[in-house]
Amino acid sequence: MRLEKRNQSSAFALALAPVGAVGFTLLIASLLVLWAGAPVGQTYALLVKGGFGSVFALSETLTRAIPLMLTGLAAAVAFRARLFNIGAEGQLYVGAMAAVLVGGLHGGTGFDWPVPVLFVLMMAAAALAGALLLLGPALMKARLGVDEVVTTLLLNFIVLLLVSWMLDGPMKDPTAMGWPQSVVLNPELELSKLIEQTRVHTGLLWGCALAVLLWLMMKYTVLGFDIRAIGANARAAAFAGVPVTRTVVLVAMLSGGLAGLAGAIEVAGRTSYLTLDMSPGYGYSGIVIAMLAGLHPLGVVLGSVFVAGVLVGADSMSRAIGVPTYIADVIVAASLISVLVATLLTQYRVRWQA
Amino acid sequence: MTDPVLRLSGITKRFGSLVANDNISLELGAGEVLALLGENGAGKSTLVSILFGHYTADAGHISVNGQPLQPGDPRAALAAGVGMVHQHFTLADNLSVLDNVMMGSEPLWQPFTRQRAARDKLLSVAQQFGLTVDPKALVGSLSVGERQRVEILKALYRGARILILDEPTAVLTPQESEALFAVLGQMVAQGLSIIFISHKLGEVLRVSHRVAVLRGGKLVAQAAAAGTTQAQLAQWMVGHAIAEPVRQPTAHVGSIVVCALQSVSTGSGRERLAQVSLALHAGEIVAIAGVSGNGQLALAELLCGTRQAQQGRVTYLGQPWPRQPALLVAQGVARIPEDRHAVGVVGDLPLWENAVSERLRTPAFSRWGWVRRQQARAYAQRVMQAFDVRGGGATSPARSLSGGNMQKLILGRALTQPEPDAAHSAARLIVAHQPTWGLDIGAVAYVQSQLIAARDAGAAVLLISDDLDEVMTLGDRIAVMHAGELTAALPAQDWSRESIGLAMAGVTASVSVAVTQEPAHAA
Repeated sequence: MRLEKRNQSSAFALALAPVGAVGFTLLIASLLVLWAGAPVGQTYALLVKGGFGSVFALSETLTRAIPLMLTGLAAAVAFRARLFNIGAEGQLYVGAMAAVLVGGLHGGTGFDWPVPVLFVLMMAAAALAGALLLLGPALMKARLGVDEVVTTLLLNFIVLLLVSWMLDGPMKDPTAMGWPQSVVLNPELELSKLIEQTRVHTGLLWGCALAVLLWLMMKYTVLGFDIRAIGANARAAAFAGVPVTRTVVLVAMLSGGLAGLAGAIEVAGRTSYLTLDMSPGYGYSGIVIAMLAGLHPLGVVLGSVFVAGVLVGADSMSRAIGVPTYIADVIVAASLISVLVATLLTQYRVRWQA
Repeated sequence: MTDPVLRLSGITKRFGSLVANDNISLELGAGEVLALLGENGAGKSTLVSILFGHYTADAGHISVNGQPLQPGDPRAALAAGVGMVHQHFTLADNLSVLDNVMMGSEPLWQPFTRQRAARDKLLSVAQQFGLTVDPKALVGSLSVGERQRVEILKALYRGARILILDEPTAVLTPQESEALFAVLGQMVAQGLSIIFISHKLGEVLRVSHRVAVLRGGKLVAQAAAAGTTQAQLAQWMVGHAIAEPVRQPTAHVGSIVVCALQSVSTGSGRERLAQVSLALHAGEIVAIAGVSGNGQLALAELLCGTRQAQQGRVTYLGQPWPRQPALLVAQGVARIPEDRHAVGVVGDLPLWENAVSERLRTPAFSRWGWVRRQQARAYAQRVMQAFDVRGGGATSPARSLSGGNMQKLILGRALTQPEPDAAHSAARLIVAHQPTWGLDIGAVAYVQSQLIAARDAGAAVLLISDDLDEVMTLGDRIAVMHAGELTAALPAQDWSRESIGLAMAGVTASVSVAVTQEPAHAA
């Protein structure tokens, strides 16, 4: 068996690919549901209802989608330039930490500035922290050829240990009765709620706006061309005069900045303080979402809502029918693989004989 | 002809809708050299891949010495005595000649290899066919010609009686080619049969007994080599009569030195320049001959702005060298890289973006970091129209173009000014590295005529090519590169094929000290 490149991908195949991928994913997950001894139809119905079936369910899904959207964008922009940033998780945490440092220690450190200034400062500090964390790996990749997958991945653990130390030391909330959590953000810096009596906050608008901006940048600007050219063929890009090193560094700042913002927005919109379990792997899920979206910024918005819906829906379904919530991870993972295979099959055909 | 040793009957192979081989029947006699001729994509490679078992034919069958050959099995082909010498060698550099020859022919489950017996056999085979090699030498230390000898020995060691040589002279100097032809003569005298794949018409007529021409997957002609002319072969290859490339020496060499290299050194290993000096004048084509891999890439990259000089000085119109690709293009340097797919275009991006990619950072095509898409697309349309780029619209990905059309796009964007009303070309310097490599004859003629037209319009052209015919047809002055060193660029009439061949082998490199019109500066 081998793969043969298709001359032309048919429109029908391109339309069929995502449908087929979803169908295949549900089939795989069904087997596991059956194994767990639950009725398949009801399980899926409960999952969809739990994720999207009511205002409350939808609001929870959207709340969960906000950080995923931002880490998804971070991965999408970096991967487009073939900068494989696996460190969004760490960048999210340093972003959250920077946000609390600027916006939570205002009493102690004596910042007595107007709230709007402090707010901008807080967001900028978070973006900068994330960007700087990725700058090192990007420079090492550009100058020395050090594999950024390894460096960014390992930095995640270093950052988590740093956060852990900060939460037990300088940033520890003295009123938290010994829990390792940071001081609370100045309430005036928190993001307002989008819908009353839910947890959805205006971070959703931030995420959507950034997605549109990134899409415009990718499509209409010289920088967008540079990023796509480097990702598709770095040698040809350099030949055409694309400043490769500079662009890779810019992309790193952009990607790290977005992941850092995810941390700040999560703190300002949902938790209002920093803990070690603030992110259940948003940085890693962002990679999955970016791949699901084909690295398209607008696709990331849809992908993050889909993944968040599956996660939230699985929680609710699990309480009702007893299928473990791990089914959500299986669905997300299987959908990623299915989409990748389906995309491959739109470009190649399988030949069974030599 | 007595009984053929090899018979292909009705071979057909399809890839999707493309018929790569269409009902091809061929015979090969004992002691015969059959040349397989055709342009890129004519189906030569597919046919020999089927013969050697890499592909399975959709229809037709093969017999060797009257026995049917099991399709799709390279081992069966080897066992039947079919040996293949690939254009790109399949040798391990870090092993000795003997190890390379033994590799794959020793059983896996034996504690020790039978070195002594193998060496004796290798030496006897080598002596039989006049192929001298040192069995202990590391392949990595051998010259290209010697490596090819090892490849041939490998096939003979395994008992090949039918040898397929894929473009064997593409990497050789003329003298090395002569040596190869002598070896082929010995093999044929001992009854071996040879299939010789090439697109060089002259050598095809010299070495082969019979010529088979493929075009568009079909066998269009078979003829005895004696009594066939090059013009006839070319006509069979392309399907219509074509004009022989005629030498058109420059009418007027300008006095302006457009670009000068003074004792430039850069790079390391095989891709390096060692104290290279060269002056390029307006209105002349300076052709650089040489076996590829002797520093030509370093020279081309230096003048394309993707590599910097480590020592020495480069000047452009009397000014310091602009160094960066975008600056070079803006100042009238037209660049044609050797590898169009890997360097010339970004295959996944649309044609129009590839057309403006070199000039995207100029005010003509971007403002405040935003691409002026309308102007860019209009420019792309102009390039595609003026240079007859076919096979895709402005929005289709560049990789969908054929090699010839891709080269026209690269040439077109390099020679087309951003302003619609500007003169056709304002190129002052054209750096063309293997500009016709792998193109069909029509595209070759087109690219060469464009280079000549640009020269006649006053540009300085640097043509780097390992095709000696091209060098001798186009070059007003010729210099030869060997091991990173460049001979003096002498007028074309001062060179002969033999003297160029010797310089390619490095024989005269120490004698000819590079001369420039300008005083040399110490680095």
